[in-house]
Amino acid sequence: KIETLKVTVDFLKVPLGLKKPPLKEVLAAVPGPGRSKSLILERHKSRRSDNMDNESQYSGYSYKSGHSRSSRKHRDRRDRHRSKSRDGSRGDKSVTIQAPGEPLLDNESTRGDERDDNWGETTTVVTGTSEHSLSHDDISRITKDMEDGAHLDCSRHLGVALAGALALVAFLTPVAFMLLPQLLWGDELEPCGAPCEGLFISVAFKLLILLLGSWALFFRRPKAFFPRVFVFRALLMGLVFLLVVSYWLFYGVRVLEPRHGDYRGAVQFAVSLVDALLFVHYLAVVLLELRQLQPQFTLKAVRSADGASRFYNVGHLSIQRAAVWILENYYHDFPVYNPALLNLPKSVLSKKMSGFKVYSLGEENSTTNSTGQPRAVIAAAAARRRDSGHNEFYHEEAEHERRVRKRRARLVVAVEEAFTHIKRLQEEDQKNPREIMDPREAAQAIFASMARAMQKYLRTTKQQPYHTMESILQHLEFCITHDMTPKVCGAFLERYLTAGPTIQYHKERWLAKQWTLVSEEPVTNGLKDGVVFVLRRQDFSLVVTSKEIPFFKLAEEFVDPKSHKFVMRLQSETSV
Amino acid sequence: YFTSFPFQQRIEIHKLRQGDNLILGFSIGGGIDQDPTQNPFSEDKTDKGIYVTRVTEGGPAEVAGLQIGDKIMQVNGWDMTMVTHDQARKRLTKRNEEVVRLLVTRQSLQKAVQQSMMS
Repeated sequence: KIETLKVTVDFLKVPLGLKKPPLKEVLAAVPGPGRSKSLILERHKSRRSDNMDNESQYSGYSYKSGHSRSSRKHRDRRDRHRSKSRDGSRGDKSVTIQAPGEPLLDNESTRGDERDDNWGETTTVVTGTSEHSLSHDDISRITKDMEDGAHLDCSRHLGVALAGALALVAFLTPVAFMLLPQLLWGDELEPCGAPCEGLFISVAFKLLILLLGSWALFFRRPKAFFPRVFVFRALLMGLVFLLVVSYWLFYGVRVLEPRHGDYRGAVQFAVSLVDALLFVHYLAVVLLELRQLQPQFTLKAVRSADGASRFYNVGHLSIQRAAVWILENYYHDFPVYNPALLNLPKSVLSKKMSGFKVYSLGEENSTTNSTGQPRAVIAAAAARRRDSGHNEFYHEEAEHERRVRKRRARLVVAVEEAFTHIKRLQEEDQKNPREIMDPREAAQAIFASMARAMQKYLRTTKQQPYHTMESILQHLEFCITHDMTPKVCGAFLERYLTAGPTIQYHKERWLAKQWTLVSEEPVTNGLKDGVVFVLRRQDFSLVVTSKEIPFFKLAEEFVDPKSHKFVMRLQSETSV
Repeated sequence: YFTSFPFQQRIEIHKLRQGDNLILGFSIGGGIDQDPTQNPFSEDKTDKGIYVTRVTEGGPAEVAGLQIGDKIMQVNGWDMTMVTHDQARKRLTKRNEEVVRLLVTRQSLQKAVQQSMMS
């Protein structure tokens, strides 16, 4: 049965402060700890890092590494974890990618003010160190409105737990290989001098390098929860599992059974395993990081509501990863979605076309011809009626444009004038302490003179939902702190004169995204030429089409610098 | 002469002997190796034909009726619309010819005929 399975995917785990209680089941599933290390497969890194916070899961950025039991340096990374749900009924058509946090206030911006401001440190979403999502660990999903799937979370975390356990085992195996002979039949071992010590050192350093590499590669805050299993990761995990199992098998048969006195052989076993693990790590780097660096496809993302579009170059990615990539870029490339700008002025819309009624005054036995005619007549009349509508629209637009320009001019003048009232305190100026202000007070002092012009301008451009008075004051304070030349007016106003990308506005505006990925093909398929998928939100959607970057045939042509020669144009006259 | 082609005129020039040379009494400009945009007489500035740029007073050409600005289409049957400047000069100054018969066209001719046809 194929039903659209909406799997909620947590997009970003943004800690919400002390609002949400930790998800108990998540914590329970977490395996113990600590040290993570290994890993090549960290994907599902253990929540070890999170274990540390028994108190709060809100870890997040502000989490201090001191909490971690092991004070490894990687601990201070909060691994936001993206687990992939292992269950998957194939053929589902739509999956949901959700970011934890508040949903975007789509309908009316004014509601944003009523949201609580206790978001504290969390916020911003985005982005881990690299664009390529490697979700790591970590469970704590703290989302305000997580609709479904506690059970899905469990399965996701289970996957992560498995990976973490596997990584841990893989990391400790070489150590075990070297320790077991000592422990079990230590007396019979021949002393193995210098060569063994050399091997010990090499194992130690290789393990350290593996640890660092795994930390760099896998211990990252996941960018999103993907709806489906990440194929490459599953592949790598399977590879590591096979590797470890086969090594244990051979070790058990060849070393543990016979109980040789030759310790060196056991140590070499360990060394070769570490080498193999390092190579798997290399493979992970190539598969997960390098393969998608070379651009292969151009994705065009169009916002359905107002037509804003952008083009992006990506490499080989699966559809879900490409979707995450697009969303990351969406927040800083696309101008913020302002539903108020999309509506036609009321005066245009109110002039509705009344329906035309057709009365047939003729015979009852009308042929099909006559029934077809009224429709054509209606359509023609309606078309004529519509013609006057565009006139109104044009005039409204022109009037609106003029109004905006007037308000903008007033605003610019008011701001420029306001900024002339304060200046930075120089060292040599002597002022009594009562007159010295910090940036906040300075901002408040000059805000009054420009407040009215600003408010009118914002209202005319329908931007007032995005800028509260507090945010304007903060921005003013920011500008004042950093520069006091008149240029700052430009910087100050730039934020208001043009509609910026979504990421620029107050965090409540754009946090917590719940997006639905709608695709005709399974989302773990790679991108191909002509793939179309849609990322949907409540009131608009992003339609993404992919085109393959063509194969370029470059031909070479050598031009000898001495071959550039010129002659004058002739105009002779000959007498005959 | 009455020609079948209304826009063209046939002109017969008898060369004049001056010392060792036979002269015709006019100068030519143009040719496929020349710059047609410099031609002041052509209507179409891409026309690379041979044009009469000067007519000496009292010379054989003036006597025969050649005018300045005429485009020479043929010389003794040889085509002159697609020749280089030097080839044109050679065709006009052959030593063994005493008479050259030119087929020329001129803009005033065209306009006159057009006007007479319209009226």
